[in-house]
Amino acid sequence: MSNKEDQGKKGWKDIPIGGKITEAGSACKYKTGGWKTFKPEIDRDECINCLFCWLYCPDMAIELKDNEISRVNLEYCKGCGICEEVCPKKCVRMVKEER
Amino acid sequence: MRRGMSQKMCADGKGRKMTVKTKKAKALTGAKAASEAMRQINPDVVAAYPITPQTEIVMNFSNYVNDGIVDTEFVPVESEHSAMSACVGASAAGARAMTATAANGLALMWEIVYIAASTRLPIIMPVVNRALSGPINIHCDHSDSMGARDSGWIQIYTENAQEAYDNIIAAVRIAEDKNILLPAMVMQDGFITSHSLERVNTNEDSKVRDFIGIYEAENSLLDVDNPVTYGPLDLFDYYFEHKRQQSEAMKMVPGVADNIFKEYEKISGRKYSRVEKYKMDDADYVLIALGSTVGTAKDVIDEKRKSGVKVGLVFPRMYRPFPAKEIESLLTSRSAVAVLDRSEGFSNQGGPMFSEVRSALYENKNKPLIKNYIYGLGGREISEEHIMKVIDEMQHIASDGTVKEKVDYLGVRE
Repeated sequence: MSNKEDQGKKGWKDIPIGGKITEAGSACKYKTGGWKTFKPEIDRDECINCLFCWLYCPDMAIELKDNEISRVNLEYCKGCGICEEVCPKKCVRMVKEER
Repeated sequence: MRRGMSQKMCADGKGRKMTVKTKKAKALTGAKAASEAMRQINPDVVAAYPITPQTEIVMNFSNYVNDGIVDTEFVPVESEHSAMSACVGASAAGARAMTATAANGLALMWEIVYIAASTRLPIIMPVVNRALSGPINIHCDHSDSMGARDSGWIQIYTENAQEAYDNIIAAVRIAEDKNILLPAMVMQDGFITSHSLERVNTNEDSKVRDFIGIYEAENSLLDVDNPVTYGPLDLFDYYFEHKRQQSEAMKMVPGVADNIFKEYEKISGRKYSRVEKYKMDDADYVLIALGSTVGTAKDVIDEKRKSGVKVGLVFPRMYRPFPAKEIESLLTSRSAVAVLDRSEGFSNQGGPMFSEVRSALYENKNKPLIKNYIYGLGGREISEEHIMKVIDEMQHIASDGTVKEKVDYLGVRE
């Protein structure tokens, strides 16, 4: 017997054995943005595009456009706050995410 | 172990000589027999750490590696936890991987023992049974492998060096079967089997090579064209489904193993079953045992039969998956059964095999009276006199129609 909330998910006969994932790059389907409590906000007037936040972000959630900080991808940002910590201009601020 | 009988006759179980011509008879210890099987299997990777009484297996095998007799990549790890971890990595990369261990070594690799089974990696591991600490002890009992009975591994127990050799080779095929893909451990009794020199008939190298074939993993970490992730986080949404797959694979083992044992008989002339029986056709009283005690019990049974006592023996060689159906049908309508457990379960319900045999009989309307004997802990000798006493007690139990003490201790000082 399966649970109600599991409807639509594949059963044991239809998934690879042993917990293997046989599809490359499937981690991008796992939207970790739902984990966060705080989200980063970047003060673009102060930002010098040093790219520290881009470099340090463990989830590659800081996106660039023409080699400049473009936006934070909140679908993947877990709200860890590393970007705020490493910013030399202190222009990244973690603010409570309202849902 | 049996006295005064050649291994050839032991393997048969009925005491009659077999007709197949011996290819290569050698004098081998159980440990040497295991390393000889490993030499012929020629695994891609062996990662192992020496531990008494398994040491000789690893020592011999590392000699083969050093002398260039095998093609194996040997990883001399710093612990058993690493040994099993290296095997998991190698197997996930598509290699045929083996290790060997005993007692505390098995305990130290515990975490990865489960991971190997759950990740569905057909690693093969000879286990030389030794008592688990503490107090520290190096001699035989089955507390080490009995602890691992629910880890998801296939478990095969062997009576002597010949069986250890044969069953390690057969285990490769069972574990690697596409419908199974589960790791397998093949047990032999520490010192009693592992360090006793016996006559062992070995197969020709080429026959073993052809029998086991080449292991082709469905997914290899090294196959960059078909990338695969092994061991990702698996939470409440899929973990249960993966466990359900494991149960299903275990259910496939009996059918596959029966066929592979038959195939193995063709190359070796030696017949094996998941459940071995000895003089069971008309037996009123039945002993159930594992490992070298099976041989001792067979000798006592022969003696007892001379005075007309109808006693037989059941040896569930393949302990995982547990052959419950076969045990049930073998025990139906017998008068009294003695389950000999070489480990204590501390459950106040007797040893592990006792619980499983009783459970197998639950629905049976003609179940026998049954008693458990815990024996041989920490290498304590089990003598023919002990087994005589057990058979005598079976007769008393049958005539009384009741079992006064469900669990008894055989050979302990009161």
